[in-house]
Amino acid sequence: MSAAAAPAASPRKATPEAPIVTAGLTKRYGDLTAVDNLDLELRRGEIFGLLGQNGAGKTTTILMLLGLTEPSGGTARVIGLDPARDALRVKRQVGYLPDSVGFYGDLTGRQNLRYTARLNGLQGAGAEATIESVLEHVGLLDRADTPTETYSRGMLQRLGIADALVKDPEILILDEPTAAIDPIGVVEILDLLRQLVRERGVTILLSSHLLTQVQSVCDRVGIFASGRLIGLGTVAELATRFGNDTGRVEVSFEGEQATAAAGRIGPTLSALDHVESVDAPAQPTDPWTLVVKPASAGRAVREAVLAVAARESLGLTAIRSTEASLDEIYRAALKQTGLQQADRDTAAEATDPEGSD
Amino acid sequence: MTAAKAQAEAPAPMERSVPRAGWLVVAGKEFADHLLSVRFFVLLLVLGLAAGIPLFLAAERIRSLASEVSGAQAVFLALFIIGPQDVSIFGLDVSVQGFIGLAAPLLGIAFAFDAVNGERAQGTLPRLVAQPIHRDDVINGKFVASLAAITLVLLAVVLLISGFGLLRLGIVPQWAEVLRLGLWFLVTVVYVALWLAFGLLISVVIRRAATAALVGFGIWMLIAMFGRFIVNLLLGAFAPVSSSAPVDQTLSTFQLHDFVLRLLPTTLYNEASSVLLNPSLTQTSTPATVGQLAQVQQQVPTLLALDQSLLLVWPQVVALLALSVICFAIAYVRFMGEEVRA
Repeated sequence: MSAAAAPAASPRKATPEAPIVTAGLTKRYGDLTAVDNLDLELRRGEIFGLLGQNGAGKTTTILMLLGLTEPSGGTARVIGLDPARDALRVKRQVGYLPDSVGFYGDLTGRQNLRYTARLNGLQGAGAEATIESVLEHVGLLDRADTPTETYSRGMLQRLGIADALVKDPEILILDEPTAAIDPIGVVEILDLLRQLVRERGVTILLSSHLLTQVQSVCDRVGIFASGRLIGLGTVAELATRFGNDTGRVEVSFEGEQATAAAGRIGPTLSALDHVESVDAPAQPTDPWTLVVKPASAGRAVREAVLAVAARESLGLTAIRSTEASLDEIYRAALKQTGLQQADRDTAAEATDPEGSD
Repeated sequence: MTAAKAQAEAPAPMERSVPRAGWLVVAGKEFADHLLSVRFFVLLLVLGLAAGIPLFLAAERIRSLASEVSGAQAVFLALFIIGPQDVSIFGLDVSVQGFIGLAAPLLGIAFAFDAVNGERAQGTLPRLVAQPIHRDDVINGKFVASLAAITLVLLAVVLLISGFGLLRLGIVPQWAEVLRLGLWFLVTVVYVALWLAFGLLISVVIRRAATAALVGFGIWMLIAMFGRFIVNLLLGAFAPVSSSAPVDQTLSTFQLHDFVLRLLPTTLYNEASSVLLNPSLTQTSTPATVGQLAQVQQQVPTLLALDQSLLLVWPQVVALLALSVICFAIAYVRFMGEEVRA
């Protein structure tokens, strides 16, 4: 993408306060508390992941931030404004991609965006140039003039991001941006988000129940369960906090030897000191994962693996310590806060796609 | 070329202002959608037929009538109120006025039954309300756009009929007739608005567009087609008119019938419409007393002045307006209270 076409990276006037702040934000529907005393503060220019299973209160939080539903208690500040009172000004500066976003199928992508632009008070050549640039940004320029009913789910999702960008927002709020998209589409979208933060300096709040998918893109995450924030921080911080003092070591072997010795590797690795368990890969050439306890024993285990490999004459191709996956952190966090009971049924399908238990 | 491109890409003045009239933007988009939609074609067809068939069938009769009563006050309006003598459909008179009275509710429902639930089903509603417009801009804009589309076609049809009368039959309207026609047109628009508001209501309340359409047309059929029949049946059972009863009692029974029938919007519109288009109609109700009955029987046939006609149907017009407002208000309140999420 040429620099000229890069969409209006307009210099934003520095607002001292955090783009999104909530204090004691609460939403009750009758007896059900959908969001319970949420305290959150986003930093400018970060990607923040609001993670939790379906029904954990993510969407309700987002709707309150946009002024689309009134909080039952507490306050929210979005770019310094109260969304419940100043909804129009908040919505003018916050781009929103709803869960399973839809478009008018008989209109083209460009026409759909033009409608959004007009709803934001943008018209004429300036609006057309913006539409052109956001379409290019999400890589839909070649399909911009076909009706959106011919778009794939991934294209609709990208058009949704373009739609949220038309108003040149300071904040992007994305509800389940990667749900129902094929793996390649997910990678494209996550790349796009990183690029947006880099080039436009937007702050992104995204919600997702596909934890591992968005793990890589989030600067910080908030773990949400039953309307409560049970963990907040970087993935590494959360891994330390909820990881039960376990660490992870990934080991990869040379292809032919690994295939030949597949049966032998597992027991050998399990027998090492400090190794709690061993996850065998589906393909013998993929990395093996060792769960190490205590976490500080990672170095010792790595050395032990090197020694074993030399003794058994297995060719190592890689060995490294890795972070716990968000799925594991999430399950640990749920267990520790005693919330898993209430959400177990949805948790099973939401956080356990590999069945790696 | 490059200069033009550079100009186009110059940073647009991104004043963070919200559109002053969000409903106007919504209405503009919806109106454009309507003009290109299948239902607009159906609207043209239905109203075209509603105007064409009676005119075609009744042209001869109007022509002969015109020569008979030349110089009389309301020949031009006969274009709208006279149908062929021997034809009737469902007991309704086959005049332009009757047809339009029948078609207006149908069009009102057809243009609104999927207004809100359609957006919901497409997944565009959350996106729409997340734009910097008020939530009621959505429903107001849709209402205005649909009403504008129907009014436009209705106006075209009325003008076409008038033109046909002027050119083919040589009937020239007088000012009073033009005024009557204009008032009738306004009342018809109010009537369409009533059914539009009703359509909007079911589109808010019923989540599936197909169900909403069925319910809407079912209720229309119940009221427009069978309403009179059912009400008469019930009245016959509970307040029968007996020939042996004294005149006083018979009259009060008839008055009760009048009242109950006027609970139907169709009755209200038909009364308002006939009186406005036909100056020779001097009453809509059954006389209340024997004395009034005698007066009516001795009345010299006469034509009412426009203000007198208007006075006669003012309650009906106000009732129609009130019904429209009530329907729209319920739809509005329900829509404002709804959760946005799918």
